[in-house]
Amino acid sequence: MAQHGIKAHEHKLVPLQTRSERPRSTSISDFAELSNRQEIWRYLPMDRLQGLDAEVIGEVSQSELSISLAGTVTASWIDSSEPIVGTAGLPEDRISAIAWTNASKTLLVEVPADQEIAEPVFLTLKLEELAAKALHIFVKVGANAKATIVLDHIGQGLLAENVEILLEPGAKLDFVSIQDWDNGSSHVSNQLTRLGKDSVLKHVVVSLGGDLVRVTPSVALDSPGAEIQMYGVYLADSKNYFEHRPYVDHIAENCVSNVAYKGALQGAGAHTVWVGDVLIRETAIGTNSYELNRNLLLTDGARADSVPNLEIETGKIEGAGHASASGRFDDEQLFYLMARGIGDTEAKRLVVRGFLNEVVQKVGISQVEDRLIASIEQGLEKAGV
Amino acid sequence: MATLEIKNLHVSVDTDQGKKQILRGVDLVVKSGETHAIMGPNGSGKSTLAYSIAGHPKYEVTEGEILLDGQNVLEMAVDERAKAGLFLAMQYPVEVPGVSVSNFLRTAKTALDGEAPKLREWIGDLKGAMKNLRMDPDFTERNVNEGFSGGEKKRHEILQLELLKPKIAILDETDSGLDVDALKVVSEGVNRAKEETGLGVLLITHYTRILRYIEPDFVHVFVAGKVAEQGGPELAERLEAEGYDRYLKTEA
Repeated sequence: MAQHGIKAHEHKLVPLQTRSERPRSTSISDFAELSNRQEIWRYLPMDRLQGLDAEVIGEVSQSELSISLAGTVTASWIDSSEPIVGTAGLPEDRISAIAWTNASKTLLVEVPADQEIAEPVFLTLKLEELAAKALHIFVKVGANAKATIVLDHIGQGLLAENVEILLEPGAKLDFVSIQDWDNGSSHVSNQLTRLGKDSVLKHVVVSLGGDLVRVTPSVALDSPGAEIQMYGVYLADSKNYFEHRPYVDHIAENCVSNVAYKGALQGAGAHTVWVGDVLIRETAIGTNSYELNRNLLLTDGARADSVPNLEIETGKIEGAGHASASGRFDDEQLFYLMARGIGDTEAKRLVVRGFLNEVVQKVGISQVEDRLIASIEQGLEKAGV
Repeated sequence: MATLEIKNLHVSVDTDQGKKQILRGVDLVVKSGETHAIMGPNGSGKSTLAYSIAGHPKYEVTEGEILLDGQNVLEMAVDERAKAGLFLAMQYPVEVPGVSVSNFLRTAKTALDGEAPKLREWIGDLKGAMKNLRMDPDFTERNVNEGFSGGEKKRHEILQLELLKPKIAILDETDSGLDVDALKVVSEGVNRAKEETGLGVLLITHYTRILRYIEPDFVHVFVAGKVAEQGGPELAERLEAEGYDRYLKTEA
């Protein structure tokens, strides 16, 4: 059954029939101007874009991005006109096209084939002014290589970003994108990934700060035997609008996808949006797919939108499922913990930590986990939980 | 020496059809070292009594008192009741995803004692208690009640009983869903706690089977929200032979 997020009664929309029919282009003029009437922008607070949707924006300077390499991994700034750029995917929305057009340079991070890199590579972008800037990063992992890359966004700024991730056959990458902006920041990030045969990508999104953070990770599973694990953790307070739209496109046979995003919200005005699209095409025989989103609302006045969309065009699959739930504290859990002498506040903290832990534990990078746990503690403190 | 006194306890719950009265005047006294079996047919209010003592928010006490050593339990929050020495072994312990058994137990012990247990001693106690209950050592790394079998859940409840050392424990149908071997192991745990700490026990059960392993000093038959008859262990034997029909007919 074909399904997507547009409802018939929202007139003036041109509903797409299937997720795959969304246009792809690097040209800004191929996309209509942003409007809440378009499904992909329907939740977005337009006033928080702060110019990120302008056709001409600035570009991140090389000094704003610090690079900590590991092993034989290399990084270099190349012209965005180089043929490799665009080989992992093309923009599917206007801001992504704007970022594409305005980033004249691309940071190319390469992991040579057959290399196993034990230590994580850290790419840390620190912005310090509220001027709209474009950034393009290309990550290429050679055949049978293995690496971990952490892309960290901090400071205060306005960023339109494209991240391309290309895995050659048999490659394994753990990729973590952290959005930990100061208040006042807005960030729209399109993360395009293409997986070679039998490659495995763990893609983790961690959103902790920013007035507007929109991350759209998508993967084209067009080689057999590829596997993607997409995890997300977010902690939104009253200043934050976080939107995550993972998209898994199952094209080739015997691919595996598992999407799990979990978020906690606290404070009036905290708003998170999760739209998870999974498309299993007719050719994607033997697919195994699951997507999940859960939200825990810690206080009144927070809002979590959660929309799982699953389109299946073949019956010859291993499995496909989705789950979505948003709720308050479970009274039975709190009762159980308190009946053992644990106080109200401590019990709530245990429940929240436990709730997020399921995904936090999947990150597998101790520096990132420690920071996440510290942020969670800070958030709970703020929530008075 | 601790005493739990329940006086003329009336309890209601909110249902879709409005408020429903379940307990209609329960009187009961449980002292340290004593084991009281509460028996009765389904729906007679046995579990309501257990949850009311522990302070579950769903149950509203409309009349009567619960005192622990003269202190008003009804004025205490759920965690304060546990700190005062009450323990409820639950019939359906809930899952707490992402919280490991070891973290949970240590947090509870710390909350009850007001300070973190000495690590080496604590690990020793934990290992010993788990061994006694024939639990796998890596059990502590699992998340609380997540994916536990019925038997594992009950062992985990009794593990807490042994480690947290309450004064009075209410065991709510701890025997349900256990095979004979598991029932023996769990009963041994309760008997150890009785011996070691002089625990007072309120044992809620539908069947007499568990009473072969945990011997009651008193048996109370619960019907329609109050105690219909009480006596010594011989009353349990009579129930075993005759069932609850006699009481239900009297009610009608």
